[in-house]
Amino acid sequence: MKKLINDPNDVVIEALLGIEAAHPELQVDHHNKIIYRGDAPRSGKVGIISGGGSGHEPLHGGFVGLGMLDAACAGEVFTSPVPDQMLAATKLVDGGAGVLHVVKNYTGDVMNFEMAAELAAAETGARVVSVVTDDDVAVQDSTWTAGRRGVGVTVLLEKIAGAAAEQGRDLDQVAEVARTVNANGRSMGVALTSCTVPAAGKPTFELGEDEMELGVGIHGEPGRRRLPLASAKEIASLLVEPILEDLPFSGGDGVIAFVNGLGGTPLIELYVLYNEVNKLLTGRGVQIARSLVGPYITSLDMAGCSVTLLKVDDELLSLWDAPVKTPALRWGI
Amino acid sequence: MDEHVTTAVLEEWVRRFATLVAENRDYLTELDAAIGDADHGSNMDRGMRAAVAALDETPPATTGALFTKVGMTLVSTVGGASGPLFGTFFLRMGGSFGDVQQASAQDLAVALRAGLDGVVARGKAEAGDKTMYDALAPSVDALDAALGNGSPLAAGLKAARDAAAVGRDATNPMLARKGRASYLGERSVGHQDPGATTVALLLEAATESPF
Repeated sequence: MKKLINDPNDVVIEALLGIEAAHPELQVDHHNKIIYRGDAPRSGKVGIISGGGSGHEPLHGGFVGLGMLDAACAGEVFTSPVPDQMLAATKLVDGGAGVLHVVKNYTGDVMNFEMAAELAAAETGARVVSVVTDDDVAVQDSTWTAGRRGVGVTVLLEKIAGAAAEQGRDLDQVAEVARTVNANGRSMGVALTSCTVPAAGKPTFELGEDEMELGVGIHGEPGRRRLPLASAKEIASLLVEPILEDLPFSGGDGVIAFVNGLGGTPLIELYVLYNEVNKLLTGRGVQIARSLVGPYITSLDMAGCSVTLLKVDDELLSLWDAPVKTPALRWGI
Repeated sequence: MDEHVTTAVLEEWVRRFATLVAENRDYLTELDAAIGDADHGSNMDRGMRAAVAALDETPPATTGALFTKVGMTLVSTVGGASGPLFGTFFLRMGGSFGDVQQASAQDLAVALRAGLDGVVARGKAEAGDKTMYDALAPSVDALDAALGNGSPLAAGLKAARDAAAVGRDATNPMLARKGRASYLGERSVGHQDPGATTVALLLEAATESPF
């Protein structure tokens, strides 16, 4: 294992210290491992918090700031944070208009957020609404599993719901926007290598030089199937087709096309893939209204990518275009 | 039967459970590595050590306080799915006992049933999903049945322990339908569920305590 770390046990703690030093506009509660806006709580604004295991940076801490999240809770690497953290974050950002919890659909995350919401209601009377993302089309048999996993759509949802909250919409309206985003977005990913969890010290799974794993999640979980390594053109098709099968797009539909790096793939390759995705979608009559290309929801040092398509109307687009100022997404300011 | 169990005996049970979890830490993690994310043993051990430390620091005044303290500590320290599930189990037991110094055998059975109901409410698991439920539900049923037949508590707990062990072993051929293991589909078959294994340790600890 070659990693830029001091001690595997201190990775999360020391990364939080680095984030605090690099972004003075944010605050960090080191005890509860929470990154939050320097101006929280904002009176009358719906607070939005998210969180999850660490190792997916910039998700979620890199999305804290104006127009996006108010706070993010960091768990250990690939392990959900505990309810105490989400409870503390909820209290930090509640400006009287209630708090939205954005939760990725993993069993541990869902249960810990659920307990935090119960504790928040009991302790402070704060109104909490949770929205769970589950956009991963790689999970086919969702009746007999814990359901589809929350992946790329989470990034787009945090941006769009964050804009809605910033406009002063109430909690139910912000939650409705968030649900709309989740319902209209689908993702599919591929791994070219495994990832290495610092505390484990060795790759989570073995993947040969000439193999790839199609349909991976963001923790090195197994995918749909293992295939011989293919070209960017073929991979684009393997990722986009299952999405289009699952969420049919009609002629004039516009989408936000999001090509996401899983941590170990350089941007130049993501653009090679984006070019293929663009050709594919154009050929199918799907209009790309906006794009996002880069590593935004990662799996440590895993090489590979995911594609997320979000069907958008004018309202979602205007929320997407609204100003955002966070460490990882910044425009319109 | 008019048997009574004191808070002190119940606390001995909790401490014995913590010892068994520590002794089986690597084994539980190994089971989890096969179908989960290889942290069940270390997470539960961290949580039960913290629970014992909390009991050392502030000895619980009542039976309810004992289990509430254990539950809250697990929720705060374990993480993953095990934290909320085992945490809720003990929290519900604490709520069921209430602020009493000693309880009856029947109260213990009712508290275990409340804990089981809490696990179901939190995890939505059903029989055969390959979860802790598959060991816990039969053991609670076995204790109820034994006490209903007039057995003494110690015999009832032995029946519960045996039922938990049978339930634990029965998870081996099951196809996981909950949690991260469910994404493995057929590949989850042939592995014993780590959560059910921990439940079996809890009932084993009960039979090794002076009830």
